[in-house]
Amino acid sequence: MTPFTYTRARNIEEAVRAASRDSRSKFIAGGTNLLDLMKENVERPTHLIDITHLPLKSIVKAEDGGLLLGALTTNSQVAYDERVIQHYPLLASAIRAGASPQLRNAATTGGNLLQRTRCYYFYDTAMPCNKRMPGSGCGAIGGTNRIHAILGTSDHCIATNPSDMCVALAALGAIVNVSGSEGTRKIAFADFHRLPGEHPEVDTTLQPGELVTSVELPAAGFSTNYSYLKLRDRLSYAFALVSVAAALRIEDGVIAEARLALGGVAHKPWRELAAEESLKGKLPGSLGFSEAADRILTDACGQGDNDFKVSLARRAIIRTLEQAAAGTPQSQIDKKIA
Amino acid sequence: MNKLRDTKSSAGESDLHTMSIVLHVNGLDHHIDIAPWITLLDALRDRLDLTGTKKGCDHGQCGACTVLVDGVRVNSCLTLAVMKDGADITTVEGLETDGRLHALQEAFVKYDAFQCGYCTSGQILSAIGLVKEGHAKTHDEIRELMSGNLCRCGAYPNIVAAVEEVLQAKEGPI
Repeated sequence: MTPFTYTRARNIEEAVRAASRDSRSKFIAGGTNLLDLMKENVERPTHLIDITHLPLKSIVKAEDGGLLLGALTTNSQVAYDERVIQHYPLLASAIRAGASPQLRNAATTGGNLLQRTRCYYFYDTAMPCNKRMPGSGCGAIGGTNRIHAILGTSDHCIATNPSDMCVALAALGAIVNVSGSEGTRKIAFADFHRLPGEHPEVDTTLQPGELVTSVELPAAGFSTNYSYLKLRDRLSYAFALVSVAAALRIEDGVIAEARLALGGVAHKPWRELAAEESLKGKLPGSLGFSEAADRILTDACGQGDNDFKVSLARRAIIRTLEQAAAGTPQSQIDKKIA
Repeated sequence: MNKLRDTKSSAGESDLHTMSIVLHVNGLDHHIDIAPWITLLDALRDRLDLTGTKKGCDHGQCGACTVLVDGVRVNSCLTLAVMKDGADITTVEGLETDGRLHALQEAFVKYDAFQCGYCTSGQILSAIGLVKEGHAKTHDEIRELMSGNLCRCGAYPNIVAAVEEVLQAKEGPI
């Protein structure tokens, strides 16, 4: 690790002020991704601002009937919170599908959002990577790219966002509350992460010095008809090759509202509103489900090693929608896909 | 509070960067001056000579460095020591009481739940965390919730059997 200085923030204002003052500083909470990247000299902050003493560790009811997850709530705390399990089982399921118990005990809600979108070329400082070193090129394009993106790629980067939690948050339409030197603002989840475009070195739309303070879950939790299906090379403790979060509101046997988000396929959790719209008013069934899958994957394109992801994603979307419609969500313990 | 060790920094840590912290490890207070970039794992092993906690991958992938921080299992390799100032830390050296092994240590011996032993202290601390968390009830749940600990020798069936016995017996101060 490159040496750095360290301070503990006593309040949000102090944290934001310290981060705004020094562009090479970073906030640290769980540290599970940041410290790992620092050990590889991929991240080299000159100053760390420890935010773990800030009062952002609780889960409280929001005014509109939703739930407010403090930025410092741990992934385990959220995944096993009774209110989350009861009203947002899609989120609980997605979190449990990710990482390991030790990592989930340390990693926080805010940190999960801010983990880097990444691939093995990003980690390997001997290889070119536009995300790590803008302008150096992309080793994955034309290289080894089994785990890489099939949607929303650019000529500069084809890395994927590895979060499971964020796929569920995208489907649920969460809102991210942030504090900065200019005050507070709300960011719709779909606008929080960005596609690589010309600037793959920038993962989110946060402004310099801005701190995530909480994540707001809207009142609608889709707790009856949902499923999170994660497909990967190893059944536990591996990133998704493709994952799908599906949530349906079924009224009188007809789909009144649908939510669909994909993980492991793009630089950010992928949500396609046209596909969700196409399901409205339909009977839950394979025909509508495959139409929705086709809408999401219209522009999907493999990079060689990951060509299989296009058809895998198509089948995963259909299967997850079937699980959601039947009210038989994917178990994250018994990995058999029902 | 017992001051157990001198406060000199390790080589390479300039005094300018060190911070004075206290780690409560296995019931004893350790006052140390330490650079902010030293992980909890390195502090335990290199500064406190508690080498029972192992360094495997040093990236949070293998679980060999698992310890309890304030009763919760975490990877000590992905934790900065300065961030755990004042925390209660339990390592494998702190598990026996009055010469008696912890129930999980006994079970690992009984079921021969290791071969080379390098992952064992991490496995045991992780299993203690698992039992405290209370989310594992079945064989499959134990397997899933122990997935953060790798065993290159492949002692998994015996590890799961050891954890399962302790879960069922609910014995010992966990």
